[in-house]
Amino acid sequence: MKEEIIIAGFGGQGVLSMGKILAYAGLMEDKEVTWMPSYGPEQRGGTANVTVIVSDERISSPIVSTFDIVVVLNQPSLEKFESKVKPGGLLIYEESTIINPPTRTDIKVHSIAAIDAANEMHNSKAFNMIVLGGLLKLKPMVSTEGVLKGLFKTLPERHHHLIPVNEQAITLGGQIIK
Amino acid sequence: MAKEEVVLMKGNEAIAHAAIRYGVDGYFGYPITPQSEVLETLTEIQPWNTTGMVVLQAESEVAAINMVYGGAGTGKKVMTSSSSPGISLKQEGISYIAGAELPCLIVNVMRGGPGLGTIQPSQADYFQTVKGGGHGDYRLITLAPASVQEMADFVGLGFELAFKYRNPVMMLADGVVGQMMEKLVLPAQQERLTDEEVVARCPWASTGKTKDRKPNIITSLELQPNIMEQKNISFQEKYKIIEQAEVRYEELFCEDAELIIVAFGAMARISQKAIEMAREEGIKVGLIRPITLWPFPTQIISDYANKVKGFLSVELNAGQMVEDVRLAVNGRVKVEHFGRLGGIVPDPDEIVEALKEHFI
Repeated sequence: MKEEIIIAGFGGQGVLSMGKILAYAGLMEDKEVTWMPSYGPEQRGGTANVTVIVSDERISSPIVSTFDIVVVLNQPSLEKFESKVKPGGLLIYEESTIINPPTRTDIKVHSIAAIDAANEMHNSKAFNMIVLGGLLKLKPMVSTEGVLKGLFKTLPERHHHLIPVNEQAITLGGQIIK
Repeated sequence: MAKEEVVLMKGNEAIAHAAIRYGVDGYFGYPITPQSEVLETLTEIQPWNTTGMVVLQAESEVAAINMVYGGAGTGKKVMTSSSSPGISLKQEGISYIAGAELPCLIVNVMRGGPGLGTIQPSQADYFQTVKGGGHGDYRLITLAPASVQEMADFVGLGFELAFKYRNPVMMLADGVVGQMMEKLVLPAQQERLTDEEVVARCPWASTGKTKDRKPNIITSLELQPNIMEQKNISFQEKYKIIEQAEVRYEELFCEDAELIIVAFGAMARISQKAIEMAREEGIKVGLIRPITLWPFPTQIISDYANKVKGFLSVELNAGQMVEDVRLAVNGRVKVEHFGRLGGIVPDPDEIVEALKEHFI
């Protein structure tokens, strides 16, 4: 198993932390992982992206040309990365942030209304965990248990009471992805 | 006491954790992207409360390197880190430390230049590091980490070599290995050396003169040219020993290779992916990854020059290490360079294209 993933969106959407939690979940399940962020000025309010690779074997490059999975959370990211999905690969986009949906027919395209769902939860910060839940429903490369263990490790102790909310968000994401 | 453990963290964070666990006595630095996490992590962990390690944000890079100079003079394990523009500021101090034959570790997490340039990854300080940087006939033992694991390991190895040869060691990393997160094994906590152990290990150090020994003078100054020449000759003898004993490299897929990529740091990782892709197309490519940039793995490249059709030096610069590859190959086969500049990191397919363009 090897999944080369890019998650892309606006700075502040929780793109980097979503990738980090996915990478941690991989670590918890004894997989090889790399996490390579865009760390440039775009991180401050522009577009941000992170490449995460989860694999059973040693990973050569943390930077790749094409991806098994592309998750886009805004229009510029869709335009930049739609062409980078491997044929037969998976593209997930957030519904309300995309005006012109993807057009490729040689890949699997799924959408998720994560912003609406987060608002219904009265927790806009749960947005990225809803997206992650949707992704893991389609590609269960790590278990929800692994993700929760990852959260336990990454979140400072004072935020551990938020883990159940994150679990709800992951479950919800799995239910609402189209 | 921290035990050996498997963790996921950035390369920069790994350096900070490793520094504490390898029993480093002092870190002196000044923040700069993309290596600020080193100082940030150290101040977050506050090792002065546990191991007694000193962590100090100096008023400038020049101050930081001179604090390292002073600390190293007392036989302590001291280090600094910065990124390219900050490393340029440290060059005078580095030359003095090399001239005074003191051990220390300097980390450069390279970003695009020249000047203030960009904060994105680069490897354009190769010349600065292995060909000079500061003034005078000195050499820096230069380690090039290609993974987060090596960012931690080379703190240990760096100090080992620095003390073995009483020579400054440079860890020449790049923004990719600094910023990426990977799984790594952190070593168990080592005790810092006691003052008595430092005196025993470093009889040359200025640790406080006792009645029965002559003063230890730490200086790079010697106004008598004949004595200065002798000093230089002894430096060169030391460098020759290092060149013979300390070359390190990794060789991958070279057994059946018709072409060889030479790449270090992040570019070695990206080149590995390019090699996997090229081999799917039937192009037999191997990789030589210099782990020490000085001393450079000249011999292994020279050996392969009799077996392969050509070499591609892949670097995040306009062609620096390629000169050392050409010296090793000495005209026997074609040596080409591929690089991106100013903070752009190529995708693996660009490297495959460069291979095809030059050799197929």
